[in-house]
Amino acid sequence: MTAPERNAGATEHPSTGQLSAHSASAATARAADVLLEARRIGKRFGGLQALDGVSITVRRGEIYGLIGPNGAGKTTLFNCLTGLYSHDAGEFRFDGAALDTGSPDRVARSGIARTFQNIRLFGAMSVLDNVMVGRHSRTRGGVFGAILRTAGTRAEESAIRNRALDLLGYVGLQERADEQARTLPYGDQRRLEIARALATDPQLLALDEPAAGMNAAETNALRALIERIRADGVTVLLIEHDVKLVMGLCDRVAVLDFGVRIAEDVPAVIQRNAEVIRAYLGAGDD
Amino acid sequence: MSEPGLSPISADRASAGAASAGPAGVGPAGAVGRRLRVSAWVIALLILPLVVDATAGRAWVRILDVSLIFALLAMGLNVVVGFAGLLDLGYIAFFAVGAYAYALLASPQFDLHLSFILLLPLGAAAAALFGVMLGAPTLKLRGDYLAIVTLGFGEIIRIFLNNLNRPVNITNGPFGITRIDPLSIGSFSLAQPHTLFGITIAPIHAYYYVLLACVAASMVICRRLQFSRIGRAWVAIREDEVAARAMGINTRNLKLLAFAIGATFGGVAGGLFAAVQGFVSPESFTLYDSIMVLCMVVLGGMGHIRGVVLGAFVLTALPELLRLTGSLQRTWFGHVWIDPADLRMLLFGLALVLMMRWRPAGIWPAPHGRVGT
Amino acid sequence: MDIFLQQVINGLVLGSVYALVALGYTMVYGILGLINFAHGDVVMVGAFTGLALLKALLAAGTGLPIALAGAALGAVLACGLLGVAIERIAYRPLRHAPRLAPLITAIGVSILIQYVAAILWSKQYLALPAAFTPATWQIGGASVTDLQVLIVLLAGVLMAALLWLIHGTKLGCAMRATEQNAEVAGLMGINTNRVIAATFLIGSALAALAGIMVLLYYGVAHYFMGFMLGLKAFTAAVLGGIGSVPGAMLGGLMLGLIESLASGYIGDFTGGVFGSNYRDVFAFIVLILVLVLRPAGLLGKAQGERA
Repeated sequence: MTAPERNAGATEHPSTGQLSAHSASAATARAADVLLEARRIGKRFGGLQALDGVSITVRRGEIYGLIGPNGAGKTTLFNCLTGLYSHDAGEFRFDGAALDTGSPDRVARSGIARTFQNIRLFGAMSVLDNVMVGRHSRTRGGVFGAILRTAGTRAEESAIRNRALDLLGYVGLQERADEQARTLPYGDQRRLEIARALATDPQLLALDEPAAGMNAAETNALRALIERIRADGVTVLLIEHDVKLVMGLCDRVAVLDFGVRIAEDVPAVIQRNAEVIRAYLGAGDD
Repeated sequence: MSEPGLSPISADRASAGAASAGPAGVGPAGAVGRRLRVSAWVIALLILPLVVDATAGRAWVRILDVSLIFALLAMGLNVVVGFAGLLDLGYIAFFAVGAYAYALLASPQFDLHLSFILLLPLGAAAAALFGVMLGAPTLKLRGDYLAIVTLGFGEIIRIFLNNLNRPVNITNGPFGITRIDPLSIGSFSLAQPHTLFGITIAPIHAYYYVLLACVAASMVICRRLQFSRIGRAWVAIREDEVAARAMGINTRNLKLLAFAIGATFGGVAGGLFAAVQGFVSPESFTLYDSIMVLCMVVLGGMGHIRGVVLGAFVLTALPELLRLTGSLQRTWFGHVWIDPADLRMLLFGLALVLMMRWRPAGIWPAPHGRVGT
Repeated sequence: MDIFLQQVINGLVLGSVYALVALGYTMVYGILGLINFAHGDVVMVGAFTGLALLKALLAAGTGLPIALAGAALGAVLACGLLGVAIERIAYRPLRHAPRLAPLITAIGVSILIQYVAAILWSKQYLALPAAFTPATWQIGGASVTDLQVLIVLLAGVLMAALLWLIHGTKLGCAMRATEQNAEVAGLMGINTNRVIAATFLIGSALAALAGIMVLLYYGVAHYFMGFMLGLKAFTAAVLGGIGSVPGAMLGGLMLGLIESLASGYIGDFTGGVFGSNYRDVFAFIVLILVLVLRPAGLLGKAQGERA
């Protein structure tokens, strides 16, 4: 299931984003199908080995958790994957081919979208415009089309707008479409970031601590949203500090400690893993 | 796997049928009101030079013409600074490229007299080329390097214009190029008065109408760019470059595009300037002219097209008003303490500092939610 | 006369001045990530205050060495205060503003200083009192003046002192910590505001002395002199690796040599098509080349992208 394929056909206008019938069964059928593979990724910052031969395997259709004490290298791995940092060793494979992590925009076009730990919205733009920006890489309107307002450009523009409105509805922000992004409450900003990321038609959605700073109700809503995103056919890679959330939500979990992956398994096994318990107790869980 | 998904995640409904739900949902009553307002503006702008000529004198019509040229410049710089958030401190260099391209190819300097229909696009292209040459190595680096590179480029262009009079005389050095051809098509020249419906239109008025048309067209172009896929990407880059890249935007190419479009505006404005003035010299393209255009954008409101056009008018008229302070100083103190030209620069510097501190969105900020400012 | 040797000597003198000014750019850039466009104009203020003091002291009958020392001291004090004031008034309130705001403010401050100087002093070139006739020595076919030797020696001493200050004192340690990560430095009990103010103070004091050197070397001061000088010094800082103190020193010397040799030989190389009136172009060409070929500069660390 690749991005262009998914884009083909479908011209219906759904009132809400419902679980698409095919996705759940597809996820089961392809449970063993690998979407993303990190192979022995290494990254050094001066004297600090931030990542030391980290390998993870994310299967298509799963929610994959990445946990570890503070400074374990989770966000560094995210940044290497999404092209913000260049890694010194190893390679990423995505959707059956080597992933070019040379620049973040290329990674996004390959089908990996991300959110940021310290929310990075386009603060002065409207909520709707933020999501519309997410459509950039999947549309092609140029300067001359814009100046001449050609029929093609206008059609594309309204398609962008409608898609963005649908995505806002999907995350429950349709009422706030015209507000300035920076004026949104914290929890809404997190959800807007997810909508913006989804607008790039990702196969893999990478969420960097999406529940940070959320209260219990917001966290529950987020959890439901993530499950729905997965059910709709997008694989989710999740960094999270809230261990309870990760264990309840993720199909499989990897644990990083001091830049080394010390475990990768289903939550039930991870919870009993002696090394993981030691890492968390030793470093002090926060 | 291509079943039509029902969720917005898996469906890209690029249907043209939805175009009706597009922006600008203006009702019939609103449309009439809008049409009335636009007509009022058009009429007011058309009779403005005649009123100014009759009341304030012909010198002020000339100032109006210059204001319009600076409005073009301010709109171009606004694309770079206001939309894309890149600081260009040598913007006047592109104005110079356009002006000299026109002056050299339509004057007795080389005895070439090409038509402005050919020369305006040529000057624009030359300016855009310089923009790309300057931007390509710089824009992939930290944004603030662009500020210093453009600052240097602005001076370098002037050094070349000043010195390329020997060993081969190209630019005529500090003396500049005179007797530049006016705008003309065939035998119809704007440098002669023309009679239309019994009204005689002086060249200075004719130029006003030509420039007004250019400014109006540019405002439409800028507006369309702003509310397009490209314009959104520019503002996204300005707001957060890292996030913009993570959204799949090739920031380097888009910044280069903004820079080239800004330069193009500068080139066109330069060509018109040369034609209207009939004379260009390096003196019109100093650092202070760059700063003045920057002030127009900052004061008018970065990213707000109407704001920067207003800024251009106010700041072009300012020296004329400041000239009054010279005679005031003379009557009050017996002599001029502060040269009005220096006072102007002093005010520009002060304005930049104070605006950034207290009113970063400008005197006339963009309306909320519609423009990304 | 040996043209090559002569141009090398001239280049070293010029380069020493560039290096002193480049230090101010590089230190501020290292800590705030800001191009302080007003820094070149601080040099100009140094030259003007130095000139005014020198004239006053000489008129009062003071001997030349003491008058020079007094003028230098006065210029250092004036510029140090000016630098700290610029930071406090113009830059500090914008520390968390969008990145364009401090840049625009910086260029505004630069213009402001230039025109205040033009109004306070003059828009004309102001010349040194005629008392200055430096002694000249001949070395291997080139001539060296005592002033040139003084400039290079003084610049060397100042740079050595700065290196000691950065690596050998508590303040220097705090400066390096703030440069690494201002937030963490603040958490560790470092008063980052004071460190930043100290950075501006030191940079501006060096700029003042550079201003006096330029004044003595060329014999004139002008309200616009800081512009090109600042541009070149910034180029020197980029050449050496922006943020690197030894880099600024190396970059300054190299740029001085490149400019001096290039403007000395350009006439020969181009068969007289281009003359030394293009000397200001070389720094710009160097800037573009460095940005294309080695954006991190000679001694700079490759810039680690930050999320």
